[in-house]
Amino acid sequence: MSKAILYDSTMCIGCRACEGACAERWHLPYDDKVASETRLSAHKLTAIQTFGEHFSRRLCMHCAEPTCASVCPVGALHKTSLGPVVYDAEKCMGCRYCMTACPFQVPAYEWNSRLPKVRKCDMCYDRQRAGKVTACAEACPTGATTCGDRDALVAEARRRLAEKPGSYYQRIYGLQEVGGTSVLYLSAVPFEQIGLRTNLPQQPLPQLTWRVLEAVPDVVSVGSVLLGGIWWITNRRDEVARAEGGKR
Amino acid sequence: MSGRKLPSFTIWRAIFVLLMAAGAYSTYLRVRYGLGGVTNLSDQFPWGIWIGFDILCGVGLAAGGFTLVAVVHIFNIERYKPILRPAILTAFLGYVLVVLALLFDLGRPDRVWHPLVMWNPHSVMFEVAWCVTLYTTVLALEFAPTVFEKLGWHKPLDWLKFISVPLMIVGVILSTLHQSSLGSLYLIVPHKLYALWYTPVLPVFFYLSAICAGLAMTIFESWHSSRAFGRALELPLAAGLARVLAVLLMTLLFVRFLDLEQRGVLGLLGVNRTETWLFGLEIVLLAVPMVLLFKRRVRWNPAKLYGCSVMVIFGFIANRLNVSVTGMEAGSGTHYVPRWTEIAVTLAIIALGFAVFRVIAQYFPVFEEHREDQAHAPGEAREAAEEGIPAGVG
Repeated sequence: MSKAILYDSTMCIGCRACEGACAERWHLPYDDKVASETRLSAHKLTAIQTFGEHFSRRLCMHCAEPTCASVCPVGALHKTSLGPVVYDAEKCMGCRYCMTACPFQVPAYEWNSRLPKVRKCDMCYDRQRAGKVTACAEACPTGATTCGDRDALVAEARRRLAEKPGSYYQRIYGLQEVGGTSVLYLSAVPFEQIGLRTNLPQQPLPQLTWRVLEAVPDVVSVGSVLLGGIWWITNRRDEVARAEGGKR
Repeated sequence: MSGRKLPSFTIWRAIFVLLMAAGAYSTYLRVRYGLGGVTNLSDQFPWGIWIGFDILCGVGLAAGGFTLVAVVHIFNIERYKPILRPAILTAFLGYVLVVLALLFDLGRPDRVWHPLVMWNPHSVMFEVAWCVTLYTTVLALEFAPTVFEKLGWHKPLDWLKFISVPLMIVGVILSTLHQSSLGSLYLIVPHKLYALWYTPVLPVFFYLSAICAGLAMTIFESWHSSRAFGRALELPLAAGLARVLAVLLMTLLFVRFLDLEQRGVLGLLGVNRTETWLFGLEIVLLAVPMVLLFKRRVRWNPAKLYGCSVMVIFGFIANRLNVSVTGMEAGSGTHYVPRWTEIAVTLAIIALGFAVFRVIAQYFPVFEEHREDQAHAPGEAREAAEEGIPAGVG
């Protein structure tokens, strides 16, 4: 059963307990200065953002078919069957294609390190494997962030939408975006108003490049035959001409 | 002989030393302080000019190598043979410099070999890594005869001659794959890349424009080497390439506008944004030389021909920078201007390329007239080439 996180913006009070718990779990420093930063970075893997009277929370979306995992030339990122998309720093060579490609602009880089790594939320993979919920969900005092099976969370989200239709924008963000994500959002206002990208296709992005990569074997086989053929014909023409020229 | 030219060369040498010093200092900063210490890259904008210029333009401008190999050895149009070796040398140096630039850009350059052992066939970057590795090897083997001739190593020469045809076919296929794949890299960012550039046929455009850039670069480099070594420019050959270039540029521009029309984004050309103007610049730099190169008197005038090749090169560079930098800024919600140290590294790498080309061309039989003492060239082929008539005529 695949795990997921449901973030309900209408229940969030912006207390940043999730930020603190996340920093603690990753052994990252967390003080007033870090708390005031609203962007994800190598030292802040989740961030609370304020949009007027609404809050939003940024973290890795843990896509069902992650773009980052598809573009990584060394396979340093992969989607686990449990749900989290995890990163193997030992493989990473630092090409940063995952950062360019991620539709949610999540992966961050240790720009000032001599041996830099990509940093991003891993949905507390170790805790989840041990059957515990994520550090952020555990720390959330209002239940705005909850963690559980994706199917159950989708059902719960639908229940909330139906129960209080007036309080919610009637959609679940993450249900279909780029093929679905393991982080789901509910909001009182349309999602672009809480800083989420709404111009994303419903198809997983990796298909866009796979369509081309699929053609590689064809290019190789057809290309070799074609070029070999052209070479044979042009070369043969010269040989024949030379032989005839010799006879003359 | 070089003594006579000394005054003009001292300026170039001074510039060279200056660029190398700036590059060396930037390299020190890169090693000491990491990418953050020398670049203006950020989490929002992780790829800058080291990818956009050094890699994308570097590989594209080196496309003359595979294009001329195909022309001379696969299509057997022997009269272009005199400019084949310089084109292969340009390509070989180009790829070596691209790999060098990559070492600056990778966060962990010590792991540059990882894609060769840790596979992910779903990654375009993985395919590019393999193609570039293999093709650089092919180029080394294609250039090796020049070195072996100089050293008089006949055994390896015969061996290379034996595998040359399959080697050249492999080279053309590898080039086709990765030249287009550099465009495929950007297929994954439909939400970020501005609609004037994002198209599902990006790989086709990258391939076509790389061939154009390769041809322009071949003309550019024959013009420069003719001046540097006091040789006559192979004008009939350069003019011949220029005619092909004009036709290819027309095809490229036609399909690009057709694509804009098909995707229904032609209206974007009326929007007053930076992207529109830079798109316009790119198109003008390709369209003007296209129109000019269709005229015979332009093609047969060395100065004008050179001017056109420079325009095509700049048009090509504008395109790659538009795709990798300009077109990505709005979608990434940020601005990126390279730091001086990024530019210093790039310029130092270019300067190194020019210098190494010059040294190799001086000491190895890269150009035809250096090859007079060549003992084992196939007699008939040489005669046919010198007559300038394809042997098949009549």
